[in-house]
Amino acid sequence: MLQVKNLSCERANRVLFRNLSFELNRGDALRILGLNGSGKTTLLRILAGLYQEFEGDVKWGREQYPLYIGHRRGLKALMSARENLLWSAAINGQGARLAEVDEALRQVSMGSYLDIACGSMSEGQCGRVNLARLVLLHNKVWILDEPFNAIDSDGIQWLLERIKKHLFLGGILVLSSHMEVPLNNLEELELR
Amino acid sequence: MNILLLTVQRDLLLYVRQPGDIFNPLAFSLLVISLFPLGLGPSSDTLNEISAGIIWVAALLTTLFSIDLMFKEDYEDGTLEQMILGKESLLLVVYGKIIAQWLVGGLVITLLSPLFGLMFYVNTDGIVATVLALMLATPTMTLIGSIGAALTLGVNKGGVLITILILPLYLPLLILGVAMIDTASAGENYTGHALWLAAILAISIGFAPLATEQGIRISLSE
Amino acid sequence: MGNLFHRLGSPRPFYEISGIVLPSVGILTLISLAVGFIWALGIAPPDYQQGHSVRIMYIHVPAAIVAQSSYMMMATAGAVFLIWRIKIADMALQCAAPIGASLTFLALVTGAIWGKPTWGTWWVWDARLTSTLVLLFLFIGVIVLRSAKEGSESVGRATAILAVVGLINLPIIKFSVDWWFTLHQPSSFSLTESPSMPPEMWLPLLVMVVGFYLFFFFIWTYRVRTEILKREHRSQWVRSIDDI
Repeated sequence: MLQVKNLSCERANRVLFRNLSFELNRGDALRILGLNGSGKTTLLRILAGLYQEFEGDVKWGREQYPLYIGHRRGLKALMSARENLLWSAAINGQGARLAEVDEALRQVSMGSYLDIACGSMSEGQCGRVNLARLVLLHNKVWILDEPFNAIDSDGIQWLLERIKKHLFLGGILVLSSHMEVPLNNLEELELR
Repeated sequence: MNILLLTVQRDLLLYVRQPGDIFNPLAFSLLVISLFPLGLGPSSDTLNEISAGIIWVAALLTTLFSIDLMFKEDYEDGTLEQMILGKESLLLVVYGKIIAQWLVGGLVITLLSPLFGLMFYVNTDGIVATVLALMLATPTMTLIGSIGAALTLGVNKGGVLITILILPLYLPLLILGVAMIDTASAGENYTGHALWLAAILAISIGFAPLATEQGIRISLSE
Repeated sequence: MGNLFHRLGSPRPFYEISGIVLPSVGILTLISLAVGFIWALGIAPPDYQQGHSVRIMYIHVPAAIVAQSSYMMMATAGAVFLIWRIKIADMALQCAAPIGASLTFLALVTGAIWGKPTWGTWWVWDARLTSTLVLLFLFIGVIVLRSAKEGSESVGRATAILAVVGLINLPIIKFSVDWWFTLHQPSSFSLTESPSMPPEMWLPLLVMVVGFYLFFFFIWTYRVRTEILKREHRSQWVRSIDDI
């Protein structure tokens, strides 16, 4: 559960948002939209707990550790897809066996790239490795910044299905997206 | 504890895959040290007198030159923020990274120091003291340097900035270390110096990573 | 009293309260510095060994003392900011750094001037000057980090951590520098440690120290006020100030 009360943030002398309040419960999804530079990424980072220069309250319930995928990929170029995912699981306090990692990669059609270094992959392929994290990790909260950007249309479909499953199982989703997100029950928040 | 070992393993793996990161600073220190006999002439007396100081300054500069790599790549590819967000303690990850950095930096210099000592006609007592002193001081250099590395993440000319910020803090190490080597070379007892270095190391182990961890969170809050 | 400190933590009360207090502080500063200068440079006796050149001490020592104090105050402000997020503390830190650096520089220059007639050289490596030089580097570090991170919202906290780390290290650095020089100059005449200073000398010195402290607080408060105006320029109460 997420409770945001009177959230205000200013960057470079510009007010991004003032006195923002909302609440998200299990199964809720929130889409943040707005022009470039309107503060979408900042808001997502505040919710994730990365950005701390704000006023107001951001309170997470029991789900303290969000899965955040932002502009920076979060994958090491010198490590293979497998190694990156094993590390992701480890840093999340989640022991993952090789079989699970391989299965996650197969589900995003990266089954033949298990041992390829992420630095040798294309943008789209790295994007898929990131999506494999959504399969592998058990975090209840997903915070995704423009997740549909670096993937192809097949990937977009796959991600939408995955999101629906996540919400159905009681997860929470906050994302920013330029394009429309065809989900039922989606709340939208526009930043000006 | 497990995440600490995993982090050391991960970082060592990355260093091995990009060995330039390790070799370049070491090559630098070897070069710097070699410049002095060439510049000052090979007289064994002169070289002997300045030996401790030069070895120590070379160790300091080498550490400083490799320190900004500690977090920079992880910062740029986004893995550092994943470490902040992950359930595992960021503090343990920081300890792990410091250990890994020391293993490929400070420890190597410590092991190479007898070679440097020979180049400067340091006697056996002095060489033993040099190794011991560096063994105690290089971890401290990495620990304190990591604070500078964390605070300057995302800044353009981070490397030079780290040097400006951290060198004043290295002064006690420099003074104690050189004094210890000189005392040893003169055949006198240097236990006191060693204990002081050990004390500074203990304090650094306890407190420096706390500042580094905060520094990482602060630098990523942008 | 506690209430007063609490109110001082907010920009507007600080601005208003300091506006009332500042003129008196300014006058006190002028008086004590004027009295100090005249007493030190004109009336106090010349030193038995150094002659009139000892008069530089009346500037060097207060500058050095206040410079070091100002680092401690700056780092304390940093700690307050890190723990309680009080904005004034951040402003206090940013404003103190350049003033402290300038005072340290003054101490260095006057130290060098003092050394010249005594030792014949403009610079000499002794414990006090070396410590002062290190202090200058610590101040410069804070200033440089701030300018490197200019524009980032987290610049306040980054400089605060650096200042606190510097403060923790300061005693260790001073101690090791002092010790180093006892090894290398076992029985030298120390510029600043006279065996005992007669009241004719330490009284004017005290006045100068007080004057320098007041001077520091005056300039510091003035700068913090300016910083407040800068940061709060959009708020109503700033716009309605017409006494600038």
